Amino acid sequence: MAVDYIYPDYEIIRDYDRCIACRVCERQCANEAHEYLSDSKKMIADNAKCVNCHRCVSLCPTRALKIVKSDHTFKENANWTGKSIKEIYKQAGSGGVLLSSMGNPENYPVYFDKILLNASQVTNPSIDPLREPMETRVFLGAKPDRIERDEKGRLKKNLPPHIMLSMPIMFSAMSYGSISYNAHESLARAAAHLGILYNTGEGGLHEDLYKYGKHTIVQVASGRFGVHTTYLNSGAAIEIKMGQGAKPGIGGHLPGAKIVGDISKTRMIPEGSDAISPAPHHDIYSIEDLKQLVYSLKEATGYTKPVIVKIAAVHNVSAIASGIARSGADIIAIDGFRGGTGAAPTRIRDHVGLPIELALASVDKRLRDEGVRNNVSLVVGGSIRSSADVVKAVALGADCVYIGTAALIALGCHLCRSCQTGKCNWGIATQREDLVKRLNPNLGYKRLINLLTAWQHEIKEMMGGMGINSIESLKGNRLMLRGVGLNEKELEILGIKHAGE
Amino acid sequence: MREGMFRNISGCAISGIISRSGKRFSGKLIIDSISVMHERSNGLGGGFTAYGIYPEYKDYYAFHIFYDHRMAKKECEEFLEEHFDIINLSKIPTTKIPEIKDEPLIWRYFVTPLPTKLTDSQLDEREFVAKCVFRINTGIDGAYIFSSGKNMGVFKAVGFPEDVGRFYRLEEYEGYSFTAHGRYPTNTPGWWGGAHPFALLDYSVVHNGEISSYDANRRAIEMYGYKCTLQTDTEVITYIIDYLHRKIGLTLKEICSVIAAPFWSTIEGKPQKEREELEYLRNVFDSKLITGPFSIIVGFEGGIMALNDRLKLRSMVVGEKDDMVYVASEEAAIRVIQNDLDKVWAPKGGEGVIVTLEERKV
Repeated sequence: MAVDYIYPDYEIIRDYDRCIACRVCERQCANEAHEYLSDSKKMIADNAKCVNCHRCVSLCPTRALKIVKSDHTFKENANWTGKSIKEIYKQAGSGGVLLSSMGNPENYPVYFDKILLNASQVTNPSIDPLREPMETRVFLGAKPDRIERDEKGRLKKNLPPHIMLSMPIMFSAMSYGSISYNAHESLARAAAHLGILYNTGEGGLHEDLYKYGKHTIVQVASGRFGVHTTYLNSGAAIEIKMGQGAKPGIGGHLPGAKIVGDISKTRMIPEGSDAISPAPHHDIYSIEDLKQLVYSLKEATGYTKPVIVKIAAVHNVSAIASGIARSGADIIAIDGFRGGTGAAPTRIRDHVGLPIELALASVDKRLRDEGVRNNVSLVVGGSIRSSADVVKAVALGADCVYIGTAALIALGCHLCRSCQTGKCNWGIATQREDLVKRLNPNLGYKRLINLLTAWQHEIKEMMGGMGINSIESLKGNRLMLRGVGLNEKELEILGIKHAGE
Repeated sequence: MREGMFRNISGCAISGIISRSGKRFSGKLIIDSISVMHERSNGLGGGFTAYGIYPEYKDYYAFHIFYDHRMAKKECEEFLEEHFDIINLSKIPTTKIPEIKDEPLIWRYFVTPLPTKLTDSQLDEREFVAKCVFRINTGIDGAYIFSSGKNMGVFKAVGFPEDVGRFYRLEEYEGYSFTAHGRYPTNTPGWWGGAHPFALLDYSVVHNGEISSYDANRRAIEMYGYKCTLQTDTEVITYIIDYLHRKIGLTLKEICSVIAAPFWSTIEGKPQKEREELEYLRNVFDSKLITGPFSIIVGFEGGIMALNDRLKLRSMVVGEKDDMVYVASEEAAIRVIQNDLDKVWAPKGGEGVIVTLEERKV
């Protein structure tokens, strides 16, 4: 029907004075937006196929291309936006659920951007990280509530299993399958080099990457893909994924088209079959069931590894976290509603969950009120965009943060939010061999190292400015934060004062 | 506004003296020492802790209490009578001097918990006493217990420390150790309870500095039932020491490795056993690490401990002469009372100097 034609959101603008018709753009675009007209020896483009990933723009040797937002518009309407109208056309045409990728892009408040940090003046010296030691090492895991001594009076090491990180940042779960082998290899090697951890996601662990096990979190999710004893024992920690910030309350779906070769082998499912992770774990219908899974995994690994329970930030997150803290978990990971995903129903992504800042503040407070904060470490993600977000999250009470989207951007992702098509031109969210090849892990892992090295420097600068020379003194140090433009209730939940107070 | 309603940051002078043999000496010595550092205070707070001053009542908890008004005294005494056997009570003797004004009612009680109340509480005796102190300080308006240990006492006020010493007639007390504090707060405290030393049971702290870890420490310690009502660094440091020493059972040396922990780069150079122990302490008690500048003198029954922050961002000097050990923000404050020292040195950042009476070990 004519109504199904929707004018594209973005237009490819080509400067024909610059274009030499070298056809690089045509070869680089997996969406086939560019076309060479041999008769007129001219490049043209089909804007409807463009996802605005900037691959052609970045690789055009004569800088002849740019992508602009279309000025094509519906009649202005504050209620019925162009987006709402177009989505109705799409659904009326297809009868399907709308799909999207990456984090919630809607205009909800970003609390990190309404929080400011403190610095020392006069009464307390700031500390220069270039001259004095500035420590960012963190340990994750439960802490004992009493000490024990041997017969000589020496302290016994009664510490439950824990992990040590050079800085309070880890790469969050992204499965092999949802992202490419080269992306996974880049993450694994960067984590090993940086002294931090990356996370397998629910796709199992490719056998070539077992050697990075000391820097790997192995995930167990509702589909249990790729889970076996060797897998569990190969990592430094095990994560039970109960939920994901981008799609709280629902499971996952990796289409059969992506279940090819090593992915099928690693996930332990036949080639071409859809990998469907159920919404709940079918052996966990309540908190006491979770406890059993936590201890099953501990049994399987001889009580040598901490167990992380990852949940999406939802309305009663603090009560849930408080329950988890009493269920044998060593670490709780909370994923905010801006967390990324390779594919999620648009309505879920854009309308379910909570901002991570509020979830974190309320969980940290609840765990302290209940006196169980030392039972667990807190890791938060969704979304941490810069070192300033890391510092603010730690000051609100996090032990560590997870970054996913930021890591992918470092690898080349341009946030075109089209992962679900499997045609990622940057070689990240795709399994097409010719596309995967575009991401060189030898360069990719260095870019990740660069990013986090830069963030670590910035974290040290901010800490030094506050007169803090070790990250543990920043943890939960909410007096270092002030809100701007927040109402009393928001300040109360965040547990911070307003700027000027 | 009174102390506790806002965060009051201070610069300061501190001083401490102990006789290792336990010989008792007059409080005049500590007044002479702290008065040399007059410039380091601004007249908005001064105070002393004296150990070994109540030998005749050494088995009883000595409560020093400020009352804002008579009603508070009445209410507080009812509470005390309900929970304790009061052996003796009196006004704390003072001398009116023009430099010290607006004094509250200042009373002293020697008490011991009522056995039935103690049994009912299922707490050990010291925890019972600490809980009662918190109850009064947070629950009875206008009453504030500022000293609650055995055979020791805190004496503090708004004013310069040497005037505070004269006001309390400190020269008439004899003890085996004294600590002193002169305060330079950035805001007017307006209330005597906010002056230092800060004490709980027999632990007392005098502190110079402004810690950058304050809220991390406060939120961590409040998980264990402490309530930081004054919003001062000294208060939170006292609770951390009480928690780690009395409740957890760490030694003072171990406590130094927690609150002024060595840097990881230092720890890595240590022999394996020591390295593992230091790593354990930093990991398990991470939220008790104190950063930012501080020099503190912790007083306790039978000794004192002097400690600087890990970067030594505040001055602190230690001197020794025979059985006497002196600690002060400035060497001059030691020299003025003992110029002929056997040894004088500035401890490194994070290096605790623990001095105990010869007959006991801590």
